[in-house]
Amino acid sequence: MAKSVDEVAEAMFNLVKDAAGLKKLKAMDLNKSMVEMFGPEVDKQTCKDAIKKLINSGRCVYTYFGGSYIELPHREAAAND
Amino acid sequence: MAEQMPQTPLLDELEKGKWPSFVKEMKAAAKKSPMARDLLGQLEQSYKEKIGHWKHGGIVGVMGYGGGVIGRYSDLPEKFPGVSHFHTIRVNHPAGWFYKTDALRKICDLWEKHGSGLTNMHGSTGDIILLGTKTADLEPVFAELGALDFDLGGSGSAVRTPSCCVGKARCEWACYDTMRSCYDFTMAFQDEIHRPAFPYKFKFKFSGCPNDCVASIARADMSIIGTWRDAIQVDQAAVQEYAKGGLDIQNDVIGNCPAKCMKWDGKKLDIDNQYCRRCMHCINAMPKALAPGKDRGATVLIGSKAPIIEGALLSSVLIPFTKMEPPYADLKEIVTKIWDLWCEEGKNRERIGEFIQRVGMGNFLEAIGLEPQPEMVAHPRENPYVFYEEYFEEEGEGEKK
Repeated sequence: MAKSVDEVAEAMFNLVKDAAGLKKLKAMDLNKSMVEMFGPEVDKQTCKDAIKKLINSGRCVYTYFGGSYIELPHREAAAND
Repeated sequence: MAEQMPQTPLLDELEKGKWPSFVKEMKAAAKKSPMARDLLGQLEQSYKEKIGHWKHGGIVGVMGYGGGVIGRYSDLPEKFPGVSHFHTIRVNHPAGWFYKTDALRKICDLWEKHGSGLTNMHGSTGDIILLGTKTADLEPVFAELGALDFDLGGSGSAVRTPSCCVGKARCEWACYDTMRSCYDFTMAFQDEIHRPAFPYKFKFKFSGCPNDCVASIARADMSIIGTWRDAIQVDQAAVQEYAKGGLDIQNDVIGNCPAKCMKWDGKKLDIDNQYCRRCMHCINAMPKALAPGKDRGATVLIGSKAPIIEGALLSSVLIPFTKMEPPYADLKEIVTKIWDLWCEEGKNRERIGEFIQRVGMGNFLEAIGLEPQPEMVAHPRENPYVFYEEYFEEEGEGEKK
């Protein structure tokens, strides 16, 4: 049965949370992981919608360090008050 | 923040002479803006020490978007508090950079209210660049830009704001409607512009003719350059007028033709169009006598980039000719296939041109379902990526016998 956007978003969030501080994940890393995890039960559009949901809800943020990544919101080291 | 203008003896040197000076502009902005004053102070210190004092902020942005804001912080925030935060905002420019003066005034007013008052018009990507604002001002700027019908442009590992030449709006050489194409692609790929999902950046640039005024062949991951399939249009009487007017057609036109496909007997200009390389030299030299053919469209090329991670690349031909008519469905389908492949197999921070170099053009074409074409070969024996597998199979079968 096809996975819902909420289910995929939750799985992506857990990946991002587990990788926090260890590895920065890109959108394509999350998409590939979902295909590995759910196989044909997930498609490209569901993955896109899941990322959009995570970002729009504020649970995750886009960051840029040479390339664009998806991470948990945090205070970056470079930021001045 | 600095209340008085900082002393800037080194920067002052760059005001001398008759040329426009960025220091002069910064000083003008500094009369009103404490941010611009501290920018001058920090820059003077950088010139003295020969070291930059910026830190890259990688997390600032507006809600929902992954691009459009480039974070910058000063590493001397106590000394120059005005530039403690100095984020750049990229604003998606209109196709062909056409503005009503009123729109520019509103953007400038907005930027004097929320930022340093300094802009780049335009950045190398093409966007309007608004230089220097604080994190707290990002959302208000975004909201006010939206109210003016402007949106943020692309940054990061995303589709960058597509740009185009002025095309049919101002140029007689435009072989297709660059502005319509640019607008259409910008609208079609909004998600890809604002939500970075690629290994690295991807740029579209639309040039109306081979003069390539937006330098797409050198700067765009996908270059769409206007061309024609039939013969160059020639007005022989106008050619003779050029000759009478003193133009040395033999040396300055024929002699510079890269294909050597033209002849001039003093009365008539003959062009062997099958060998023409569409370089535009002869048309540029005699614009009243020559014009591109009537069967017009574009060549789509792929893979150029400036040197960042690896060296510079020029684009290679992907589609020798397409009519470039809306809704551009075939081209968009190929673009989507390219992105799918690149996202699946590309390495982090690998541009599409570098990816093609790594996997080989033959494999790339096969993966996206395009047949190799003779027009993809720049010179005989130069592109050894086309293999005639049927030939080898037949030979192999022959050996078995």
